[in-house]
Amino acid sequence: MRIGQLGLILGLGAVLGFSTVAHAEDGHGTNPHREPWSFAGVFGKFDEAQLQRGFQVYKEVCANCHSMKLVHFRNLAEEGGPGFSAAQVKALAETYQVKELNDSGESVDRPARPADAFPPPFPNDKAAAAANGGKAPPDFSVLAKARTYSRGFPWFLTDALPFVGYTEHGVDYIHALLNGYEDPPQGKEVPDGVHYNTYYPGNLIAMPKPISDGQVTYAKGENGEPVVPETVEQYSRDVAAFMAWAAEPHLMARKALGLRVILFLILLSALLYYVKKQVWKPVGGEVHGLQPELHKTG
Amino acid sequence: MSAHATSTYIPKSRLAKWFESRLPLVGLVHSSFVAFPVPRNLNYFWTFGAILIAFLGIQIVTGVWLAMHYDPNASNAFESVEHIMRDVNYGWLLRYAHANGASMFFVAVYMHMFRALYYGSYKAPREVLYLLGVIIYLLMMATAFLGYTLPWGQMSFWGATVITNILAAIPIVGDTIQSLLWGGYSVGNPTINRFFSLHFLLPWMIAGVVVLHVWALHVTGQNNPAGIPIKSSKDAVPFTPYATIKDVFATVVFMILFAWLIFYQPNYLNHADNYVAANPAVTPAHIVPEWYFLPFYAILRAVPDKLGGVVLMFGAVLILAFAPWLDTSRVRSANYRPIYRQFFWVFVLTCIGLGYLGAMPPEGGYVLASRLLTAYYFAHFIIVMPLVGLFETPNRLPASILETVTGPGKQVSAGGSGLPSGAAAEPAKRA
Repeated sequence: MRIGQLGLILGLGAVLGFSTVAHAEDGHGTNPHREPWSFAGVFGKFDEAQLQRGFQVYKEVCANCHSMKLVHFRNLAEEGGPGFSAAQVKALAETYQVKELNDSGESVDRPARPADAFPPPFPNDKAAAAANGGKAPPDFSVLAKARTYSRGFPWFLTDALPFVGYTEHGVDYIHALLNGYEDPPQGKEVPDGVHYNTYYPGNLIAMPKPISDGQVTYAKGENGEPVVPETVEQYSRDVAAFMAWAAEPHLMARKALGLRVILFLILLSALLYYVKKQVWKPVGGEVHGLQPELHKTG
Repeated sequence: MSAHATSTYIPKSRLAKWFESRLPLVGLVHSSFVAFPVPRNLNYFWTFGAILIAFLGIQIVTGVWLAMHYDPNASNAFESVEHIMRDVNYGWLLRYAHANGASMFFVAVYMHMFRALYYGSYKAPREVLYLLGVIIYLLMMATAFLGYTLPWGQMSFWGATVITNILAAIPIVGDTIQSLLWGGYSVGNPTINRFFSLHFLLPWMIAGVVVLHVWALHVTGQNNPAGIPIKSSKDAVPFTPYATIKDVFATVVFMILFAWLIFYQPNYLNHADNYVAANPAVTPAHIVPEWYFLPFYAILRAVPDKLGGVVLMFGAVLILAFAPWLDTSRVRSANYRPIYRQFFWVFVLTCIGLGYLGAMPPEGGYVLASRLLTAYYFAHFIIVMPLVGLFETPNRLPASILETVTGPGKQVSAGGSGLPSGAAAEPAKRA
């Protein structure tokens, strides 16, 4: 590397470095903790029991305010999901009422069927907003993909790599948010109608602390003891995993197919490489690299 | 089409002879993709043309399939995309392939463009070939922007709003252009209808210009890392099998990266906000375009004046078209240009730096850095290219392409080019 080139690069680096420092001083609160999810990574799979518990938390707690309009009862029995049986889903759906028009054009209630979407808790967004301090609670269907946080340079680059890669920012954010209700620090004004949360951008969130220890009773194990603790930490973990599935119901199929596709492409490219070498052999090979002329000795 | 006049294709069967004497299509393909003389010293940066054609095909096939399930309607577009993701068989694969395919398309086109800039592929006699490339790039940018608006998430909606608003800054015709794009008085249902229509149209225009691009390429012949023309049959090899197998190999390697994105990082290059349905009442905290537009977005925001920003942003793309006449050097390849080569890498870093700044909020040190790098971006074309060409002493050029492969004064021991003698003389000289 020539000195002039080095100087220019250093100058460029200094400009960018300066701007990064200038920004870091703003301070943007705490990043969520990165949790070990069963569905992370190349071989990631959803934990059926966890998704079932997460659905239970959603159904008993979150669903009172948050809709999940894009998820259908039938999805709960589909492959790569919580693994409910078709009969369980049918029975579950029948406990809900949905509106439909009868033959006289009147709006009537009927029991839901597996083909129906989860009925929303409010008839429309305005009703939802009116019942929740002026802002409708967000729909949960793709929320795990619609939330994220910035890990900054250089982590956003390593997040894309195999083995150290990271795609669960939104899931970690949801898990952290549910555990982020704390007393505000000294001097922090918290107006009426909002609540302090460590992980919410700006720290003031309209949603009150939604769940407490022991609020949801999980099915007991064979010895009569709970299989997992009935704590906010566990509830939030389970419901975040359930939301990750709801946002990406074909995640397991995607990862399984991806492994096969990539292994096939690696094998194919290796074979093609040797074919190419054979083809080029009679004409004396070829040049590789960007500047072959610079490396010539002769 | 002088390059095609020398086709060595000889139809064998009676049917082939009958057809060839009525439409010499097979001969055209044969002369373009089989017998076409390729400089033997091409490196892997020359495989991105083939990769780009592959991606144009992938985008068109996945796009046509997605269009069968997508609903370009402001109240249903977001849900129809989710319907594709959830209920259409392998819909998630189609959509993730299409969305990440656009990104890979731009990765490939940027490699292709930087290769052209490094090796002086824009210089005579390839100016028209190069200008057609700039037109393809412009069409790609328009297509990608239109496509990104279609999921009708928050970033789609607000990206469409920002871009159509900056077009309104154009004097006299700006308002008309904006109303035509909107189909009303703001971004809304008519907008998504026409954006979908245009998004379907533009790729076919790209395909048409690609045909011209390949045609122009086959008139002038390919540039090469030495930047010197083919002088004898020993400098070249026939396109098939040599370039074909190399292009196929490189394309498959590139597909590994593509597959990694689709299957394991499908939303890495997306924005989380685009999974929130479009809401005209709520502006996202940071409106950021797709990564491949970030350098131009940084340039737009570096200028405090709206019209000035728009002029510089479009200028940053259009200035590429003047490169053939701004560069005063007689030597094509930067391999033989010791000074320009360093400026080239600084220019690459400037583009990457602008990309980073385009993703950052426009405040404090970021604005200053954006301004400095914007100034350098234009200086590269307006000052560096003309002046370095005048004052630089280039290194000695090799006597022939063959010499760059074997070293000076050496001969290939066996084989030779495999081309029929005379067929590899520089095509342009035969015109």
